[in-house]
Amino acid sequence: MENTHTSDAITLVGITKTFGEVVANKNVSLSIRRGEVLSLLGENGSGKTTLMNILSGIYYPDEGQVFVGGKEVAIRSPGDSFALGIGMIHQHFKLVDVFTAAENIVLGLEGHGKFDLRAVGEKVRAICERYGFDITPEQKVYDMTVSQKQTLEIVKVLYRGADILILDEPTAVLTPQETEKLFGVIREMKKDGKAIVIITHKLHEVLSVSDRVSILRKGEYIGTVDTKDATEISLTEMMVGKKVTLDIERKMPVDPVKRLSVKNLSITGEDGIKVLDNITFDAMGGEILGIAGISGCGQKELLEAIAGLKIVDEGSVIEFIEPDTGKADSLIGKTPRQIKNMGVTLSFVPEDRLGMGLVASMGMTDNMMLKSYEQGHSFFVERKQPHDLAEEIKDDLAVVTPSINTPVRRLSGGNVQKVLVGREIAAAPAVLMTAYAVRGLDIGTSYQIYNLLSEQKDKGIAVMYVGEDLDVLIDLCDRILVLCAGRLTGIVDGRTATKEQLGLLMTKADSGEGKAAHE
Amino acid sequence: MIQTSIIAWILRAVQFGTIIMFGSMGEILTEKSGNLNLGVPGIMYLGAFAGFASAYLYENGTPAPIGIVCILLALISAFLAAAFGGLIYSFLTITLRANQNVTGLALTTFGMGVANFFGAYLLQGEVYTAAPVTNAAFTAKIPGLSSIPVVGEAVFSYGFLAYAAIICAIILHWFLNKTRTGLNLRAVGENPGTADAAGIDVTKYKYLATVIGAGISGIGGLYYVLDYNNGIWATTGQIEALGWLAVALVIFTTWKPLNAIWGAYLFGLLYWLYNFLPKLLGATDVERTQSLYQMIPYLVTILVLIVVSMRRKRESQPPASLGLAYFREER
Repeated sequence: MENTHTSDAITLVGITKTFGEVVANKNVSLSIRRGEVLSLLGENGSGKTTLMNILSGIYYPDEGQVFVGGKEVAIRSPGDSFALGIGMIHQHFKLVDVFTAAENIVLGLEGHGKFDLRAVGEKVRAICERYGFDITPEQKVYDMTVSQKQTLEIVKVLYRGADILILDEPTAVLTPQETEKLFGVIREMKKDGKAIVIITHKLHEVLSVSDRVSILRKGEYIGTVDTKDATEISLTEMMVGKKVTLDIERKMPVDPVKRLSVKNLSITGEDGIKVLDNITFDAMGGEILGIAGISGCGQKELLEAIAGLKIVDEGSVIEFIEPDTGKADSLIGKTPRQIKNMGVTLSFVPEDRLGMGLVASMGMTDNMMLKSYEQGHSFFVERKQPHDLAEEIKDDLAVVTPSINTPVRRLSGGNVQKVLVGREIAAAPAVLMTAYAVRGLDIGTSYQIYNLLSEQKDKGIAVMYVGEDLDVLIDLCDRILVLCAGRLTGIVDGRTATKEQLGLLMTKADSGEGKAAHE
Repeated sequence: MIQTSIIAWILRAVQFGTIIMFGSMGEILTEKSGNLNLGVPGIMYLGAFAGFASAYLYENGTPAPIGIVCILLALISAFLAAAFGGLIYSFLTITLRANQNVTGLALTTFGMGVANFFGAYLLQGEVYTAAPVTNAAFTAKIPGLSSIPVVGEAVFSYGFLAYAAIICAIILHWFLNKTRTGLNLRAVGENPGTADAAGIDVTKYKYLATVIGAGISGIGGLYYVLDYNNGIWATTGQIEALGWLAVALVIFTTWKPLNAIWGAYLFGLLYWLYNFLPKLLGATDVERTQSLYQMIPYLVTILVLIVVSMRRKRESQPPASLGLAYFREER
């Protein structure tokens, strides 16, 4: 049904924004309409987030004009942005952890009369009822689940009366069920006549929720298409600029051998709650073992326990079976260094790329050196090898950076991830563990990473992949292990599993309590 | 005998506590904006010197100095000079984004140097010099109430600034926890990116909190000279020690102004333990153990840190972005 009454809520004309030498947006023009969902699609580093940050007043464009409701405006601060009815839900939540929901909502608002949090709470409750949100105004943010935090972000902009909503990768951390619920909310808001922009790189989501799709590539505006005329292939081509195949090459595992044996693994958290409860499984060389679960269900702890970074409970068994001799070595009680010295090579791509994996203020070369520091025996640092490795990774994985000595924090999320994954793979491990290896990555890069992992598997390496995108888990992995609130709820064959089956296992609560309870 | 001793101990402790209470309240306000200002000792020096100098010059330049004028002059000069110290710190760390620790430490050295350098002009070769009229105005007791036995002596026999400190702590508590501006300020210290996205002017908040906070800390220095130290100015390192104690007190209070009230008095009691405990116990060898006793407030602060970090209560942690510069377009 064509709606002829839609008028442009926002028009951008010739927007350019640069960060030092990096051009994030180059001459971008597009329009956002009321009563419509616009998807902003583009590879990593294509400038989607930058463009929307210009609308929310975080960045100020170097060149170009912004029209809101037909009038030219200058958005110099987030305050200006609110005043124009623009509300942005950031990819990284903008919430103060020690504040309650209500306190976060009123933050920065101009006062009218008495400062009354109870009145705020009433209004918040009304909004929550209207859209069926499950948060209470008195709840502290640090007690909230990821999904609740996002809900709070949405309530926050609605409370401020925003009628233009920008959501930056809202589904990155949600389960399929939560995503569906969010889309329900988005459709509801669209019916209310709000203009909605959703930044995502999950193509099926673009197709399912949006009316039009605008595509950016390397900071430039490529075009806008109606969603009904688009397909996954046509969108990918516009995004990447060339034909890409969205297939993961998954070979049958060639005689898999047991490489890692985990039995009765439990970890008790500091508050006495079991983070992992009696987990038993084997990881095979030449196979990709997927690990699925709602975020925070013990995936991170599982990998950290194997890598020697977490203390496990009495009775837990983690054994590494040496490829040459077939001898089983226990990994428990050993430091990460000892595990490595035993000849057990585990590579670990942490969840938080910049926090645990890379040093943000150092360049690629120096970050390569973090893993090779033990090799040098002279007093001075040996830069040649890491430098070559950095060059190699930059070329092989097409890392976009002005120079390999540019601090990695200046690179976009996807490029940072490539540097990290590239370095871990270069260490030629026997067991490769990755957590959220493609979080925040665009489709082209993601598939590069998937195929990299598949190659490692073909080399006989046992790959463990903690992932969020169930479609990918099903396409990539040979077996998928599902965790729910620290319990193992099933191990399924990747070739026969369905999304619904995984979704159910992820929220399964056999013993009464579980994450599914609040659904 | 014992009763007199205890009352004298309380008197000393409360006066001592008042100095560091002002110092730490200013620093709490500053730190709530995410600025870790280690220049507190220097700022207290600036306040102490400016306050004393203005009162001293007035006293010596007027035939019949009036007490209230002394008070106003001293208070305003102390606040402005200390706030100026905060302004220097703010400009360096907020606008130029210099490292906060280094800037703060430099400010401590600077404040101490400025005070002692110009102080030499007031001293004119003497070991110390005094402003008796101002001292009398600052230490004036509440008539009537202060003559009640025991209670009056222990509770009502201080200069007005001792009571102002308590009122200031209560106001600060109310401001931080019950007002919009306070909420916004706390957000700036916790997560400036979030505050900025919420439309809060992070730079303005940081500047104001740091400058006003420094002004409040400066009153602590003023109180030291014109009340605690009997209106006597001398070249001394004493204020610096008090400044660091004020910084320690901020940690001790877990960034809550109300805790600063009893915390400051507790620090005072502990600090003056050396003078009264041996006397009460009948010991004579005081000199050698004095430093050990004076260490106790710091030990208590470390204990509090240990307890707080063990309890892991989120509300007792320092502002999350304390010590970090904020730049909106940082990637």
